Amino acid sequence: MDAGERVEVRGRAPELAVHVRAWCRAQGHGYDWPFVVRGNAAGARRRGAEVAGGPKTVADRAPATWGLAARGAVVEAGGPAFAFALDEKAAVWTDAAAGIYRQALASQWDPAVAVDWDEPFELPEEVEAAVVAVMTYLIENENAALVVPARFLGQIHPHFREVVAVLAAQVADEARHVEVFTRRAELRGGPLGLSTAGGQASLLTLLEEPDFALAHFLLSVLGEGTFLSLLSFLERFAPDPVTRRVTHLALADEARHVAFGMAHMGALLESDPGLRARLATAVRRRHDALASTAGLNAEVFDGLVVLAAGAFTPAAIAEGFAKVQALEADMDDGRRRRLAKLGFSAGDAAELAELHTRNFM
Amino acid sequence: MTLVLGAVAYDVKVVTIWDGFRDWFASRGLDFDYVLYSNYERQVEALLAGHVDVAWNSPLAWVRAARMGPVTAVAMRDSDCDLTSVVVVRADSDIHDVADLSGRTVAVGAVDSPQATLIPLSHLRSLGVADITVEYHDIGVGKHGDHIGGERDAARSLIAGTADAACMIDGNHLLFGVEGTLPAGSTRIVAQTPAYDHCNFTVAPGAPAAEVDRFVSLLLSMSYDDPEVRPLLDLEGLKSWRDGRTSGYAQLERAVGEVGFYDSAGNVTAEAYRP
Repeated sequence: MDAGERVEVRGRAPELAVHVRAWCRAQGHGYDWPFVVRGNAAGARRRGAEVAGGPKTVADRAPATWGLAARGAVVEAGGPAFAFALDEKAAVWTDAAAGIYRQALASQWDPAVAVDWDEPFELPEEVEAAVVAVMTYLIENENAALVVPARFLGQIHPHFREVVAVLAAQVADEARHVEVFTRRAELRGGPLGLSTAGGQASLLTLLEEPDFALAHFLLSVLGEGTFLSLLSFLERFAPDPVTRRVTHLALADEARHVAFGMAHMGALLESDPGLRARLATAVRRRHDALASTAGLNAEVFDGLVVLAAGAFTPAAIAEGFAKVQALEADMDDGRRRRLAKLGFSAGDAAELAELHTRNFM
Repeated sequence: MTLVLGAVAYDVKVVTIWDGFRDWFASRGLDFDYVLYSNYERQVEALLAGHVDVAWNSPLAWVRAARMGPVTAVAMRDSDCDLTSVVVVRADSDIHDVADLSGRTVAVGAVDSPQATLIPLSHLRSLGVADITVEYHDIGVGKHGDHIGGERDAARSLIAGTADAACMIDGNHLLFGVEGTLPAGSTRIVAQTPAYDHCNFTVAPGAPAAEVDRFVSLLLSMSYDDPEVRPLLDLEGLKSWRDGRTSGYAQLERAVGEVGFYDSAGNVTAEAYRP
């Protein structure tokens, strides 16, 4: 209908004429009962409006004025501008995001159901203390892994919804890890372990990294990548079924986070090979910043040795120590493989893997 | 020379509206500013005293200003034209005609609301309804019914059974149905006033003519198609500005006279009216 055209209104509601009159006045239509005369304002919101990409078309840059609109929505002109700092596809996008998000949704688990918290077990006091020391350490690392993506989540333009969705699922995963590690640490009612200044200083460098690409690289490729080895080790040498189960469940989630980190970095490096040098610089800078800290919490190191030893005898402890050394070698090897996959030379990969924080994350 | 407009701060959005219009006028070369008043009586007195050049007046403020001096109405919203008010009862009420209202309680808005009090009560009087008890809902007194709270409370009083009938503007009867204050089918309309007009821009006798002309021509040039001005028009509740007209205030003039709200010189004479 064009402006000025008339349409007859019929109905049985006794108040129809009263309400149509009020509605016409509010909408800018003419009222000539029983006719409504189309006004000029109808459709104005679509004039000059812009389509926010397409349902299947991801824009190279999402304008601030698209705001929170759905991808493919018709966005009225004159709306507010949203300051999403990460508004370029090249900075955030990987085609793998949608698949990783679907995988994340299909793999969600409920701590109340997935873990039998009442399964009976008895541990010697020193072994329980070792488990608690390790859980205390894991909790603060999971907190870092929650906060880092959460900080960038709010900066990514919602146009890139698959990436936002993956990070949102990742944040939820980490919240769950914090929960299960806390429940295991508190299961026998003993005091929690030591949170060291060196450990927290290492994590602070992750939280303070303002660049999404660098933070994601340090956290997910190097940190969470290293944790894959650690969680596998803990699952293998867990002295009780609850510890075995919670580390197993967290391991599966972390593997997904690493996969997303690798996919994101791969996409970034493809479009910007110069990023590789900046990633290397970030590793070196972080190493220098942490050079004067104490490294891995000694209680955690000892705890890992005790868990791998399986018994509190000199021979078993010696064997446990060797296994922890093997773990560290495995962590280093994993980092080198991931760096090589991202196109770093063998020499650079070895150097950077070596410079990764002694705190593992 | 700066053209100064007075507006009543009936809602916080008034600042957004007039800040926006001020910038829009400035970008088109009109030196414009605004002053906010807490009530229309103060604004009308300021207009006639020459403190402001133009007042964004309620219909009741127009009626008073016109009694106080030779003012003109230069523009109004499309949505200010041809309003009606309705008197509604509960659907299951034994009131079927305005004559049945005799001896009953009628809930109205604030004492100074043209649309929810003065005009509909005058309409009932014109239909011969005399002995009713009026239940006022005095929210935002001095703001001439701009605050919707009085009308909504009158509607609630009707549904609660405290009142037998309630008065409101036609658009609010529609709104109260949509929002659930008056559930669909819960009320019947027993009277509807003839059409009347609402707000206008009232110009004081000594206002600078060239600036006023520029102000009016800019208002009339505002287009709902313009994304810059559309949010402001949405906030102010219009699609387009129109030339001012004064033909739609006769009912309110009559109502003011019937209850002695103002005297012929525009002095406030309504009892118990404390803006």
